[in-house]
Amino acid sequence: MTSARNHGAGDAGEIRSEGGFSPRIAAFLCKWCSYTGADLAGTSRLQYPVSIIPIQVMCSSRVDPVFLIQAFLSGADGVLVGGCHPGDCHYETGNYHARRRFAIVREVFDSMGLESARLRLSWISASEGPKFAQVAAEYTSRIREAGPNPTRRSLFL
Amino acid sequence: MNSIVSRLDASAAVRELLGWLLGEGRTDAVLTPRRLPEDGSCDLALLTAPEGLDRAEPLLPVMTTNAGQALSHLSLSGRRLTAVLKPCELRAFTERVKREQGSFERLLTVSFVCGGVFPLGRVLSDGPDTLAAAALEAARRGETPAGVRETCAACEHFVPTNADVLVSSGEDGCRIHLCTPRAEEALEGFGGERVDTAPDPAGIERVLAARSAARAELYRALPVEGGLDGLIDLFGRCVGCHGCSRVCPICYCLLCDFESAGLEGDLPRFRAALDERGGLRLPSGTILFHLGRMTHMSFSCVGCGMCSDACPAGIPVAAVFGRTGGRTAALFDYVPGRDAEEPVPVTVFREEELDDIG
Repeated sequence: MTSARNHGAGDAGEIRSEGGFSPRIAAFLCKWCSYTGADLAGTSRLQYPVSIIPIQVMCSSRVDPVFLIQAFLSGADGVLVGGCHPGDCHYETGNYHARRRFAIVREVFDSMGLESARLRLSWISASEGPKFAQVAAEYTSRIREAGPNPTRRSLFL
Repeated sequence: MNSIVSRLDASAAVRELLGWLLGEGRTDAVLTPRRLPEDGSCDLALLTAPEGLDRAEPLLPVMTTNAGQALSHLSLSGRRLTAVLKPCELRAFTERVKREQGSFERLLTVSFVCGGVFPLGRVLSDGPDTLAAAALEAARRGETPAGVRETCAACEHFVPTNADVLVSSGEDGCRIHLCTPRAEEALEGFGGERVDTAPDPAGIERVLAARSAARAELYRALPVEGGLDGLIDLFGRCVGCHGCSRVCPICYCLLCDFESAGLEGDLPRFRAALDERGGLRLPSGTILFHLGRMTHMSFSCVGCGMCSDACPAGIPVAAVFGRTGGRTAALFDYVPGRDAEEPVPVTVFREEELDDIG
């Protein structure tokens, strides 16, 4: 299987900043809370890292675990799911289901020796622009410490 | 428990019972494994006539298809069915019922203390009769037959928990335990000495200890937890046939996400792979498929072992999924197939739980 593990050429996808490695984080944000929170961070002119790649979903429970795995295997250095705080879901209970699914995908990662620290779920409400910026900064810094996702260059995947 | 004493071996006793149920008109059809002597093979059959039962071998230690999966939609036909199910098949069926793809309403389930099934390859090399004899001999000694599927030798759920009729083997024949009012009613008037007894707990404990040890060893020896390289070692042989999911009784989706054109023909992903990775291994997406399937169904995995038997590349799918499934089910204290009233973990939630997430 050694040949399958050969890394491909080039590092076209890697975004470099003055500090070296700049992570790419796929962020699945629910339309009603977290995406609006991200918007608020922007309109409030809060600074947060460029690493976050927002993807709007109608609800955090729309995020099938396969989305997270797909993002991870495609080379995302981190994968973030953002939803409404428990009790505040626009669809009443979607985020509770999202939490269970997240627990399952995290356990699958742990059971197979994959880095579950590259997955994160955060509750960010529409009024929490500062929290969004804070989560983005914290998570980016943690992922930067973890380094680039090795899946990014693995030819096999 | 009200039980019927039989001097016949368990398979013959169940055959007699099925014949009686059909003859008395207590059931419309019976689902049972069957020998096919003319070609040294066997199958699973749904039979309506008592004379068709000649070749039925209800306790045949072979699983050609998971009968729980086969029964799933049949059980919604409105007919009164009697099904002989191995414990994992009953558990699989129970999981299907929870997903509204099966019903216990008009069903009489007959299950038994299971010694395990032999890999399908052994059917052709040894013949079903040899395997049945080996299983019967092991059952008399209260042991697990040598050479059964590795997940069977490591199975801790070999005593069914929610069968109507439960059959246990002993040195001098078998006992047919009537576990539910439905069983009492269906077998009212069926001959034989009645006693008040339950399967021998000491014997079950002994087998359970051996199975648990085998389970720990099976999981210990798996090349998992090796991260990305481990995944490649484990699933690198996958040919992408999806056979493991086709034969899986828990993979209940009528339209599978992994069969969709969106995944198979994901051109932007191919282009990205060519640009960023310098190539693409084909068939692609095999690791996504296995990890994805784990997140979708592992907590309901009953460990029947069909997936490993179906795998043309010899990947120990059942052991890997059983191991991860044990962990995902444990998150919610869930035991798949134990009880039809126990909800599937992803369909319910508690407001206060998993507080390290979010």
